[in-house]
Amino acid sequence: MSVRGWLEERVRYQGVETFLRHKEVPRHRFAATYYTGGITLFFFLVQVLTGLLLLMYYRPTADAAFESVRLIMAKVRFGWLVRAVHIWSANLMVLGVFLHLGATYFGKAYRRPREITWLTGGGLLVITLAFGFTGYLLPWNTLAYFATQVGTEIAGDVPLIGRGLLVLLRGGENVTEATLSRFFGIHVAILPAVTTLLLGLHLLLVQVHGMSRPVAVPETGSEPFYPHFIMRDVLVWVVLLGGVAVLATLVPWELGEKADPLAPAPPGLKPEWYFLFMYQALRMLPARVLWVEGEMIGVLAFVLAGTLLILVPFLDVWAKRERRHHLFTVAGVVAVLFVIAMTVLGLRMEF
Amino acid sequence: MNAGVVEPPGKMGRRRFLDYLFGTSLAALAGAVLYPILHYLVPPKVKEVTASSVVAAKAADLPPNTGKIVAFGGKPAIVLRTPEGEVRAFTAICTHLACTVQYRPDLKHIWCACHDGHYDLHGQVLAGPPPRPLDAFKATVRGDDVIISRG
Repeated sequence: MSVRGWLEERVRYQGVETFLRHKEVPRHRFAATYYTGGITLFFFLVQVLTGLLLLMYYRPTADAAFESVRLIMAKVRFGWLVRAVHIWSANLMVLGVFLHLGATYFGKAYRRPREITWLTGGGLLVITLAFGFTGYLLPWNTLAYFATQVGTEIAGDVPLIGRGLLVLLRGGENVTEATLSRFFGIHVAILPAVTTLLLGLHLLLVQVHGMSRPVAVPETGSEPFYPHFIMRDVLVWVVLLGGVAVLATLVPWELGEKADPLAPAPPGLKPEWYFLFMYQALRMLPARVLWVEGEMIGVLAFVLAGTLLILVPFLDVWAKRERRHHLFTVAGVVAVLFVIAMTVLGLRMEF
Repeated sequence: MNAGVVEPPGKMGRRRFLDYLFGTSLAALAGAVLYPILHYLVPPKVKEVTASSVVAAKAADLPPNTGKIVAFGGKPAIVLRTPEGEVRAFTAICTHLACTVQYRPDLKHIWCACHDGHYDLHGQVLAGPPPRPLDAFKATVRGDDVIISRG
């Protein structure tokens, strides 16, 4: 019996092969947005690989964390490269997630029957941000220490559950070694496990439903998913790999100073760029709005906006009838402009 | 590989040439990724502690028929005083599977708990699986200090 026949009898792969051979990717004006998901997936895979490599030397204690990262950067061969690729790819992955979110939102890819694909995507968005937040603390440097201090303090402003959330995140009242242990566990075990489940479902559903066609955009034909689309997807990946390698080599990330809980906070403290719009908006709120704390209003508004975003497949009842309602387009554009404006303001702000 | 394409003898067809380029590019890419990864996985050299002698114990803390495990050059060594009062020192790493040995006052010799290896007070194997005797160090008593040194 041939190898193919032997495998087919045991794995039954021909169903998948036939499926892939018949799957078509529509072509139209916005077909380039179909790459955003694959780009995000690529950066995620880079994160898994470089993350596993960093685990070989990283030590998650307040005494050893900073020194172990310094060892990686100074002593381990290509350690500087592995760390820089991990950080660059993390930032680009967040960017990829945002682009993918924009593409699927404005393309109304969330409409029936892809509601669950959208929900799993929303979960993956939250997980990506949580990855960024927890990973940032791990080198245990001054900037990371205070960013975590501020970030968890803001989480404490969530109405009702804030206080509990803060203690749960920090593993106590303050940011200490217990917080480092927790963030490490969340970053390398909990989040990867949850991601594997959600991402598996997300990708399975994408295969089941195929690519979504944007509402009211004329199709100009289609091409086979395999091998045409896949090949071009992989070509994009190769270009991105080269780009990340160049960025990591030419623009390294500083390690900074070891965190000292007794030292005063340094000037110029800013969160990572993808949290900057929230940070900036919260800072611009007055200390008190009527009788409540301004920050609490802001946090509540962001929680509400996030909830609306996640629930959009069930709110946009026009989309499943293949119609565009201006409300959702306008809301999306306003949100994008708000995020961009706040980010720019945050970047320009003098500290 | 493409049955429909007839290649002129002695010449590489366009299709085969492209396949060749594709394959070698993939191999180069894989090499460029794997080279740094494999180097990364090799642990960097840690400075080896190469003390040639160390104060292992106070003579008063080492009565006859006792032994003590001390660090010598980053590895465990055993320093002991025989029931006759002589001070000796050996590597404490069992020659069988590298467990750390201990002094057994009841047996009056050195014993490894992992696989029941027995050594006499010269480091020679008495019983059990160890294939070689324990390496001996020089042990001297200078004043109140027990000093062990190599060779």
